[in-house]
Amino acid sequence: MLLIVQIVLVLAVILVSFVLMRGGANARHLAIRRIMLMIFAVAAVASIFFPHVLTSLASFLGVGRGTDLVLYATIVSFFVFMATTYQRFRHAENALTALSRRIALDEAPKPWADDRR
Amino acid sequence: MNRTWVVIPMYNEATVVGSVIQSLRTVFPQVVCVDDGSSDGSQDIARTAGAVVVQHPINLGQGAALQTGIEFALQDPGMRNVVTFDADGQHRIVDAAAMVARLDAGEADIVLGSRFLDDRTQIGPMKRLVLKTAAVQSRMATGLDLTDAHNGLRAMNREVASKLHLTQNRMAHASELVHQIAEMKLRWVEHPVEIIYTDYSKSKGQSLLNSVNILAELFFR
Repeated sequence: MLLIVQIVLVLAVILVSFVLMRGGANARHLAIRRIMLMIFAVAAVASIFFPHVLTSLASFLGVGRGTDLVLYATIVSFFVFMATTYQRFRHAENALTALSRRIALDEAPKPWADDRR
Repeated sequence: MNRTWVVIPMYNEATVVGSVIQSLRTVFPQVVCVDDGSSDGSQDIARTAGAVVVQHPINLGQGAALQTGIEFALQDPGMRNVVTFDADGQHRIVDAAAMVARLDAGEADIVLGSRFLDDRTQIGPMKRLVLKTAAVQSRMATGLDLTDAHNGLRAMNREVASKLHLTQNRMAHASELVHQIAEMKLRWVEHPVEIIYTDYSKSKGQSLLNSVNILAELFFR
Protein backbone atom coordinates (compact mmCIF):
# COMPACT_ATOMS: atom_id res chain seq x y z
CA MET A 1 0.00 0.00 0.00
CA LEU A 2 2.74 2.37 1.07
CA LEU A 3 4.75 1.60 -2.05
CA ILE A 4 1.78 2.33 -4.30
CA VAL A 5 1.17 5.69 -2.62
CA GLN A 6 4.85 6.56 -2.99
CA ILE A 7 4.87 5.63 -6.67
CA VAL A 8 1.74 7.68 -7.30
CA LEU A 9 3.30 10.61 -5.43
CA VAL A 10 6.49 10.46 -7.44
CA LEU A 11 4.53 10.26 -10.69
CA ALA A 12 2.39 13.22 -9.65
CA VAL A 13 5.46 15.28 -8.78
CA ILE A 14 7.12 14.47 -12.11
CA LEU A 15 3.93 15.18 -14.06
CA VAL A 16 3.19 18.49 -12.35
CA SER A 17 6.80 19.64 -12.71
CA PHE A 18 6.77 18.72 -16.38
CA VAL A 19 3.50 20.52 -17.07
CA LEU A 20 4.74 23.61 -15.28
CA MET A 21 8.15 23.44 -16.97
CA ARG A 22 6.83 23.03 -20.50
CA GLY A 23 4.06 25.56 -20.17
CA GLY A 24 5.20 28.99 -21.19
CA ALA A 25 4.06 32.30 -19.79
CA ASN A 26 0.38 31.78 -20.50
CA ALA A 27 -2.29 32.78 -17.99
CA ARG A 28 -3.40 29.26 -17.10
CA HIS A 29 0.05 28.12 -16.05
CA LEU A 30 0.58 31.32 -14.16
CA ALA A 31 -2.67 30.68 -12.27
CA ILE A 32 -1.62 27.11 -11.46
CA ARG A 33 1.73 28.33 -10.19
CA ARG A 34 0.02 30.93 -8.01
CA ILE A 35 -2.40 28.38 -6.57
CA MET A 36 0.51 26.09 -5.76
CA LEU A 37 2.35 28.93 -4.10
CA MET A 38 -0.72 29.76 -2.02
CA ILE A 39 -1.21 26.15 -0.93
CA PHE A 40 2.46 26.05 -0.03
CA ALA A 41 2.20 29.23 2.04
CA VAL A 42 -0.96 28.09 3.85
CA ALA A 43 0.63 24.73 4.60
CA ALA A 44 3.74 26.43 5.92
CA VAL A 45 1.73 28.66 8.26
CA ALA A 46 -0.44 25.75 9.34
CA SER A 47 2.59 23.67 10.17
CA ILE A 48 3.77 26.33 12.58
CA PHE A 49 0.54 26.23 14.62
CA PHE A 50 -0.39 22.58 14.11
CA PRO A 51 2.82 20.67 13.48
CA HIS A 52 1.11 17.29 14.05
CA VAL A 53 -1.36 17.92 11.18
CA LEU A 54 1.46 18.06 8.68
CA THR A 55 3.06 15.00 10.21
CA SER A 56 -0.14 12.98 10.05
CA LEU A 57 -0.64 14.12 6.44
CA ALA A 58 2.91 13.03 5.70
CA SER A 59 2.45 9.64 7.31
CA PHE A 60 -0.82 9.23 5.42
CA LEU A 61 1.08 9.90 2.18
CA GLY A 62 3.85 7.59 3.33
CA VAL A 63 6.75 10.03 3.38
CA GLY A 64 7.59 9.99 7.09
CA ARG A 65 7.73 13.24 9.03
CA GLY A 66 6.02 16.55 8.20
CA THR A 67 9.38 18.22 7.64
CA ASP A 68 10.12 15.66 4.93
CA LEU A 69 6.92 16.66 3.18
CA VAL A 70 7.92 20.32 3.35
CA LEU A 71 11.34 19.41 1.98
CA TYR A 72 9.82 17.57 -0.98
CA ALA A 73 7.49 20.46 -1.71
CA THR A 74 10.45 22.84 -1.57
CA ILE A 75 12.42 20.71 -4.02
CA VAL A 76 9.52 20.64 -6.46
CA SER A 77 8.94 24.37 -6.23
CA PHE A 78 12.65 24.95 -6.70
CA PHE A 79 12.62 22.91 -9.91
CA VAL A 80 9.59 24.77 -11.16
CA PHE A 81 11.26 28.07 -10.33
CA MET A 82 14.41 26.99 -12.15
CA ALA A 83 12.49 25.93 -15.23
CA THR A 84 10.35 29.05 -15.46
CA THR A 85 13.36 31.29 -14.92
CA TYR A 86 15.21 29.44 -17.66
CA GLN A 87 12.31 29.94 -20.04
CA ARG A 88 11.98 33.59 -19.20
CA PHE A 89 15.69 33.91 -19.84
CA ARG A 90 15.31 32.24 -23.23
CA HIS A 91 12.52 34.65 -24.17
CA ALA A 92 14.60 37.64 -23.14
CA GLU A 93 17.54 36.27 -25.11
CA ASN A 94 15.41 35.84 -28.24
CA ALA A 95 14.18 39.40 -27.96
CA LEU A 96 17.74 40.65 -27.49
CA THR A 97 18.89 38.66 -30.51
CA ALA A 98 16.14 40.10 -32.69
CA LEU A 99 16.99 43.62 -31.56
CA SER A 100 20.73 43.20 -32.11
CA ARG A 101 20.13 41.66 -35.53
CA ARG A 102 17.92 44.57 -36.53
CA ILE A 103 20.64 47.06 -35.51
CA ALA A 104 23.34 45.04 -37.27
CA LEU A 105 21.39 44.79 -40.52
CA ASP A 106 20.32 48.44 -40.48
CA GLU A 107 23.89 49.62 -40.03
CA ALA A 108 25.36 47.33 -42.68
CA PRO A 109 26.29 48.73 -46.09
CA LYS A 110 24.20 47.42 -48.97
CA PRO A 111 26.53 47.08 -51.97
CA TRP A 112 23.80 45.93 -54.37
CA ALA A 113 22.27 49.43 -54.29
CA ASP A 114 25.13 50.43 -56.64
CA ASP A 115 23.65 48.26 -59.39
CA ARG A 116 20.89 50.72 -60.11
CA ARG A 117 23.19 53.61 -60.82
CA MET B 1 22.16 39.23 -61.68
CA ASN B 2 22.95 35.92 -60.18
CA ARG B 3 24.94 36.21 -57.04
CA THR B 4 26.26 33.84 -54.44
CA TRP B 5 26.86 35.32 -51.02
CA VAL B 6 29.37 33.67 -48.71
CA VAL B 7 28.42 34.09 -45.05
CA ILE B 8 31.26 33.93 -42.54
CA PRO B 9 30.47 34.08 -38.81
CA MET B 10 33.46 35.74 -37.18
CA TYR B 11 34.55 36.11 -33.58
CA ASN B 12 38.15 37.17 -32.84
CA GLU B 13 39.75 35.70 -35.95
CA ALA B 14 42.10 38.58 -36.80
CA THR B 15 45.09 36.38 -37.62
CA VAL B 16 43.40 34.30 -40.32
CA VAL B 17 40.22 35.92 -41.55
CA GLY B 18 41.95 38.35 -43.92
CA SER B 19 43.62 35.67 -46.01
CA VAL B 20 40.46 33.51 -45.92
CA ILE B 21 38.40 36.38 -47.36
CA GLN B 22 41.02 37.30 -49.93
CA SER B 23 41.24 33.82 -51.35
CA LEU B 24 37.44 33.40 -51.18
CA ARG B 25 36.90 36.56 -53.21
CA THR B 26 38.86 35.21 -56.16
CA VAL B 27 35.94 32.80 -56.66
CA PHE B 28 33.06 34.44 -54.77
CA PRO B 29 33.19 38.26 -54.95
CA GLN B 30 30.30 38.66 -52.45
CA VAL B 31 31.48 37.87 -48.94
CA VAL B 32 29.67 38.98 -45.81
CA CYS B 33 31.42 38.67 -42.45
CA VAL B 34 29.09 38.71 -39.48
CA ASP B 35 31.17 40.03 -36.64
CA ASP B 36 29.95 38.74 -33.31
CA GLY B 37 31.53 41.40 -31.17
CA SER B 38 35.22 40.74 -31.82
CA SER B 39 37.65 42.75 -29.73
CA ASP B 40 40.81 42.09 -31.75
CA GLY B 41 40.13 44.29 -34.77
CA SER B 42 38.85 41.48 -36.99
CA GLN B 43 36.27 43.90 -38.42
CA ASP B 44 38.83 46.22 -40.02
CA ILE B 45 40.84 43.31 -41.39
CA ALA B 46 37.70 41.80 -42.93
CA ARG B 47 36.70 45.15 -44.42
CA THR B 48 40.18 45.72 -45.87
CA ALA B 49 40.08 42.25 -47.38
CA GLY B 50 36.95 43.29 -49.24
CA ALA B 51 34.13 41.73 -47.24
CA VAL B 52 30.96 43.46 -46.15
CA VAL B 53 31.01 43.51 -42.36
CA VAL B 54 27.73 43.19 -40.47
CA GLN B 55 28.35 43.89 -36.85
CA HIS B 56 26.43 42.48 -33.91
CA PRO B 57 26.41 45.12 -31.17
CA ILE B 58 26.96 42.38 -28.58
CA ASN B 59 28.22 38.81 -28.67
CA LEU B 60 25.35 36.45 -29.45
CA GLY B 61 26.93 33.22 -30.66
CA GLN B 62 27.70 31.49 -33.93
CA GLY B 63 24.14 30.40 -34.67
CA ALA B 64 22.87 33.96 -34.33
CA ALA B 65 25.69 35.20 -36.58
CA LEU B 66 24.78 32.68 -39.29
CA GLN B 67 21.12 33.71 -39.20
CA THR B 68 22.08 37.39 -39.40
CA GLY B 69 24.33 36.70 -42.39
CA ILE B 70 21.60 34.77 -44.17
CA GLU B 71 19.10 37.58 -43.55
CA PHE B 72 21.63 40.09 -44.86
CA ALA B 73 22.05 38.09 -48.06
CA LEU B 74 18.27 37.85 -48.44
CA GLN B 75 18.11 41.65 -48.65
CA ASP B 76 20.02 41.46 -51.95
CA PRO B 77 17.39 40.92 -54.65
CA GLY B 78 20.06 39.44 -56.93
CA MET B 79 21.13 36.78 -54.43
CA ARG B 80 20.58 33.25 -55.64
CA ASN B 81 22.71 31.10 -53.36
CA VAL B 82 24.15 31.35 -49.86
CA VAL B 83 27.30 29.53 -48.76
CA THR B 84 28.22 29.27 -45.08
CA PHE B 85 31.95 29.16 -44.46
CA ASP B 86 34.09 29.10 -41.30
CA ALA B 87 36.40 32.01 -40.59
CA ASP B 88 39.33 29.90 -39.42
CA GLY B 89 40.34 28.62 -42.85
CA GLN B 90 39.42 24.99 -42.28
CA HIS B 91 37.28 24.79 -45.43
CA ARG B 92 38.44 24.60 -49.04
CA ILE B 93 37.15 27.02 -51.63
CA VAL B 94 37.11 24.38 -54.38
CA ASP B 95 34.68 22.37 -52.26
CA ALA B 96 32.41 25.40 -51.85
CA ALA B 97 32.50 26.08 -55.60
CA ALA B 98 31.63 22.46 -56.39
CA MET B 99 28.71 22.62 -53.94
CA VAL B 100 27.33 25.77 -55.55
CA ALA B 101 27.65 24.10 -58.95
CA ARG B 102 25.46 21.26 -57.69
CA LEU B 103 22.86 23.80 -56.53
CA ASP B 104 22.92 25.52 -59.92
CA ALA B 105 22.52 22.18 -61.65
CA GLY B 106 19.26 21.83 -59.73
CA GLU B 107 20.45 18.70 -57.98
CA ALA B 108 19.25 19.84 -54.56
CA ASP B 109 17.99 22.84 -52.56
CA ILE B 110 20.73 22.55 -49.97
CA VAL B 111 24.16 20.91 -50.21
CA LEU B 112 25.78 19.90 -46.93
CA GLY B 113 29.51 19.37 -46.58
CA SER B 114 30.68 16.08 -45.12
CA ARG B 115 34.22 15.21 -44.12
CA PHE B 116 33.41 11.50 -43.96
CA LEU B 117 32.51 10.84 -47.59
CA ASP B 118 36.12 10.48 -48.70
CA ASP B 119 39.43 10.00 -46.91
CA ARG B 120 41.00 13.39 -47.53
CA THR B 121 40.36 14.74 -44.03
CA GLN B 122 42.90 13.77 -41.38
CA ILE B 123 40.97 13.41 -38.16
CA GLY B 124 41.75 12.09 -34.69
CA PRO B 125 39.92 8.99 -33.42
CA MET B 126 38.23 10.79 -30.50
CA LYS B 127 36.90 13.62 -32.64
CA ARG B 128 35.75 11.14 -35.27
CA LEU B 129 33.85 9.21 -32.59
CA VAL B 130 32.14 12.36 -31.26
CA LEU B 131 31.13 13.56 -34.73
CA LYS B 132 29.92 10.12 -35.73
CA THR B 133 27.82 9.91 -32.56
CA ALA B 134 26.34 13.32 -33.31
CA ALA B 135 25.48 12.16 -36.82
CA VAL B 136 23.79 9.00 -35.51
CA GLN B 137 21.86 11.06 -32.94
CA SER B 138 20.64 13.47 -35.62
CA ARG B 139 19.71 10.56 -37.89
CA MET B 140 17.57 9.04 -35.14
CA ALA B 141 15.96 12.37 -34.29
CA THR B 142 15.24 13.57 -37.83
CA GLY B 143 15.39 10.55 -40.11
CA LEU B 144 17.96 12.33 -42.26
CA ASP B 145 20.74 9.95 -43.18
CA LEU B 146 23.65 12.35 -42.66
CA THR B 147 27.25 11.24 -42.30
CA ASP B 148 28.47 14.52 -40.77
CA ALA B 149 26.01 16.62 -38.78
CA HIS B 150 28.39 19.37 -37.64
CA ASN B 151 30.04 20.67 -40.75
CA GLY B 152 30.17 24.44 -41.19
CA LEU B 153 30.39 24.32 -45.00
CA ARG B 154 26.95 24.39 -46.61
CA ALA B 155 25.39 25.81 -49.75
CA MET B 156 21.71 26.60 -50.11
CA ASN B 157 19.49 28.31 -52.64
CA ARG B 158 17.45 31.42 -51.99
CA GLU B 159 14.28 29.55 -51.15
CA VAL B 160 15.93 27.54 -48.38
CA ALA B 161 17.70 30.64 -47.06
CA SER B 162 14.38 32.43 -46.72
CA LYS B 163 12.78 29.51 -44.88
CA LEU B 164 15.52 28.86 -42.34
CA HIS B 165 15.04 30.34 -38.89
CA LEU B 166 17.89 29.46 -36.60
CA THR B 167 16.96 30.31 -33.04
CA GLN B 168 19.74 28.42 -31.28
CA ASN B 169 22.23 31.19 -30.77
CA ARG B 170 25.17 29.08 -29.79
CA MET B 171 26.49 25.77 -31.05
CA ALA B 172 23.28 23.73 -31.25
CA HIS B 173 22.30 25.59 -34.44
CA ALA B 174 23.90 22.85 -36.55
CA SER B 175 21.47 20.25 -35.23
CA GLU B 176 18.64 22.76 -35.41
CA LEU B 177 19.40 23.31 -39.10
CA VAL B 178 19.19 19.57 -39.76
CA HIS B 179 15.85 19.47 -37.94
CA GLN B 180 14.49 22.26 -40.12
CA ILE B 181 15.70 20.56 -43.30
CA ALA B 182 13.84 17.44 -42.20
CA GLU B 183 10.66 19.35 -41.33
CA MET B 184 10.58 21.28 -44.59
CA LYS B 185 11.24 18.13 -46.61
CA LEU B 186 13.90 19.83 -48.68
CA ARG B 187 15.89 18.20 -51.41
CA TRP B 188 19.27 17.84 -49.76
CA VAL B 189 22.50 16.15 -50.70
CA GLU B 190 25.85 15.67 -49.01
CA HIS B 191 29.06 16.67 -50.71
CA PRO B 192 32.51 15.35 -49.78
CA VAL B 193 34.66 18.14 -48.37
CA GLU B 194 38.09 18.30 -46.83
CA ILE B 195 38.57 19.89 -43.43
CA ILE B 196 42.06 21.30 -43.01
CA TYR B 197 42.97 20.97 -39.34
CA THR B 198 45.67 23.54 -38.75
CA ASP B 199 47.04 24.24 -35.30
CA TYR B 200 44.99 27.43 -35.38
CA SER B 201 41.67 25.81 -36.21
CA LYS B 202 42.36 23.12 -33.65
CA SER B 203 42.91 25.70 -30.94
CA LYS B 204 39.76 27.59 -31.97
CA GLY B 205 37.68 24.51 -32.61
CA GLN B 206 35.16 22.97 -30.30
CA SER B 207 36.55 20.93 -27.48
CA LEU B 208 35.06 17.51 -26.91
CA LEU B 209 33.47 18.77 -23.70
CA ASN B 210 31.49 21.26 -25.76
CA SER B 211 29.37 18.40 -27.10
CA VAL B 212 27.79 18.31 -23.63
CA ASN B 213 26.73 21.94 -24.13
CA ILE B 214 25.34 21.16 -27.57
CA LEU B 215 23.19 18.36 -26.16
CA ALA B 216 21.98 20.47 -23.24
CA GLU B 217 21.01 23.35 -25.52
CA LEU B 218 19.05 20.97 -27.70
CA PHE B 219 17.11 19.35 -24.89
CA PHE B 220 16.23 22.50 -22.93
CA ARG B 221 14.86 24.63 -25.70
